[in-house]
Amino acid sequence: MALYRLPIARWTVAALGILFFLVIPFTLHEYFLSVANLVWIAVIGALGLNILVGYTGQVSIGHGAFMSVGAYTAANLANRLGSPWPVNLLAGGLMAALIGAIVGIPSLRIKGLYLAIATLAGQLIIEWTINHVTFISGGVQASIEVARPRLGPVVLNTQRDMYYFLLVFVVLAIIGTMNLMRTRVGRAFIAIRDQDIAAEIIGINIFRYKLLAFAISSFYAGVTGVLYTYFLGIANYEQFQIGVSIDYLAMIIIGGLGSVLGSIFGAVFVTLLPIVIRYAMEAFGGVFFNQQTVLNLIPNLRLMLFGALIIFFLIVEPEGLNRLWRNIRNYFRVWPFAY
Amino acid sequence: MKRYLAVAAALMLAASGLLATAPSSAQSSKGEIVIGVQCDRTGATQIVGTVLCPGLHDYVALVNSKGGVEGYMIKAIEIDHEYKVPPGVEAYERHKKEGAVTMSIYGTPHIYALAAKLTEDRIPGTSPGFGSAAAADGQRYPYIFPIAATYWSQAAAATDFAKKQLGGTLKSKKIAYLFYDNPAGREPIEVLEDLATKEGFQLKTFAVPPPGVEMGAQVLDIAQRYRADFVISHLFGGAPSVSIKELKRVGFPLKKVIGLVWASAEANIEGAGGFGVADGYYVMQFAGVGTDYPVLNEIREMYKKQGKPAPKEMASTVFYNRGVLIGALHVEAIRNALKAKPDGKITGDDVKKGFEKINNFTLGGLVPPLKITPQDHEGGGLVQIWQVKDNKFVKVTDWFAAYQDVVAKHIKEAGAKKS
Repeated sequence: MALYRLPIARWTVAALGILFFLVIPFTLHEYFLSVANLVWIAVIGALGLNILVGYTGQVSIGHGAFMSVGAYTAANLANRLGSPWPVNLLAGGLMAALIGAIVGIPSLRIKGLYLAIATLAGQLIIEWTINHVTFISGGVQASIEVARPRLGPVVLNTQRDMYYFLLVFVVLAIIGTMNLMRTRVGRAFIAIRDQDIAAEIIGINIFRYKLLAFAISSFYAGVTGVLYTYFLGIANYEQFQIGVSIDYLAMIIIGGLGSVLGSIFGAVFVTLLPIVIRYAMEAFGGVFFNQQTVLNLIPNLRLMLFGALIIFFLIVEPEGLNRLWRNIRNYFRVWPFAY
Repeated sequence: MKRYLAVAAALMLAASGLLATAPSSAQSSKGEIVIGVQCDRTGATQIVGTVLCPGLHDYVALVNSKGGVEGYMIKAIEIDHEYKVPPGVEAYERHKKEGAVTMSIYGTPHIYALAAKLTEDRIPGTSPGFGSAAAADGQRYPYIFPIAATYWSQAAAATDFAKKQLGGTLKSKKIAYLFYDNPAGREPIEVLEDLATKEGFQLKTFAVPPPGVEMGAQVLDIAQRYRADFVISHLFGGAPSVSIKELKRVGFPLKKVIGLVWASAEANIEGAGGFGVADGYYVMQFAGVGTDYPVLNEIREMYKKQGKPAPKEMASTVFYNRGVLIGALHVEAIRNALKAKPDGKITGDDVKKGFEKINNFTLGGLVPPLKITPQDHEGGGLVQIWQVKDNKFVKVTDWFAAYQDVVAKHIKEAGAKKS
């Protein structure tokens, strides 16, 4: 099958490439680039979780912990051995993959909510370990400072540098995931999700592929953790607590399980929506209330609106933003005709 | 489908229309100086944020109502980050975009996450009462200002207080350290261990796992097996209330317990069942407690002039007064910066120097007589001890700091380890 079925698809990819690699970094203020950077980090993490939850059907509430494994591996390597960032990035990813595969072992026997609880235990055990083993955490504060990444003589420290640094990995992660799903491995994941007994009967080694799904997903998480560490200049365990795992689950559910575009939509949505809501309320909140009330109202209203919008989108389209987007596209494809 | 699209489009149009017509505030002063304020009114520590942040804003409003600082208005832009790190990073960049020359950071993970950025962007950020104790070293962390007693200083002061309560010596006494099992909770242990050797007391630590609502076993152990002579309690959020209740339940005398600064507010006492229940409990403070300070009278006066009642947050004096303290120290730093540069074009660097000139600024007793220097960003580690007595907090000691040599040694070691 051709990669681009329509010529317009090729043009779209080219246009998006120009937009993200040239237009955005050179026209937007540093602040917006910093927001974009947070989005990029979330995109990689969400893609990883979607491989596991969306494509393979194994629920995990341990994604935040796998990120911390990557982060601390990289931070320790950088500080103890002074190794360069590409090595740390790979090592962080691989270490997370290893730990992820171990945490995934219960998935061989249990499914659904039971597995979710098992991974929750994984999250808590990893949190506890990092918190208490000073060899890993680098001291009671559980924070390890990391120098900014360098490319040859250039130190990547402005938001624009980080933007490119992260964007490269976003592109790699997207292409990687799309490719993965076109391989035998990806097909096996989907077969396991749809019916694992049937998958086993047609010759898929459940043991290998379930653990592989955990490993690949955790590899993404580990890489996310490392990138986050380099982005902030510090690994701190409080950045990877259980709430983070839940946020990532929310992203892929809102975006759409089992789709690359959905992961991206979800990450963008969950990261940007609170910011957009705040901007809107700051702009016209003063019209209705006095300043002190607005200050108290904004954060609370933001949470309520955020929740309400998530419910709204899920009711409109339970399969997530990705499906919503496809519906809109299909509608306009034949517009102005109904079909 | 079509209908939803139409609704969405209409909403977007309405929003953009309102955005365009949003009122812009006219200023008659020489200009504005922006403080970036991070706050948590909705997250894990909302009992602090909902009271502390209004205190900060009220102080800034008071300063502005009196003509600002050297003719410049102060604008405190607040962003709530729900105690999550990514929104905190976003808030920091937003503040930077708005031209903030000083940042009031809120949250231990946040000050860690932003430490590198603050230094690169040369903007001072404060972490009063939380964050890393090692940040007191102004040479090592030039742009981070704890501006209040760090956990190390708090532990040292608590030990000193215990010593006085136990008759002037700690020799072969038993001290229990009850702490929330996270980095902030564990931070003071190394200082306490040092002091145990120095003073010859026995130290035993009792960890409370998050979320800190279950500590029956630890408290029973403290009261009946270990039989502690004094308890230092370092808990956060809802945990202090539980600790008071549990200690009371097993019959441990609360007048042998001291809570560090985040286990010391009205909300914590009320959560334990009220001041009557907690009678005797000692609390440590880095800002004055109560309503009887000139600056608070001025704030009430300001509200009266506007024909409004004083905000209800003022009744929760511990956190509210801390908010006032944070606001006041930022404003003082800006004032020092503007005095050095009367043209008003101040940068983060100028405000940093402004912080380092703060000396004996007490705001009528609400703020400890801090002396912040380029070396010492903590300002001396001063605290007061108050006690729950007759349904209110009663002051037991004035501002003091203890074992500063021990704390200094740890700061130095931390600096040597990291650099």
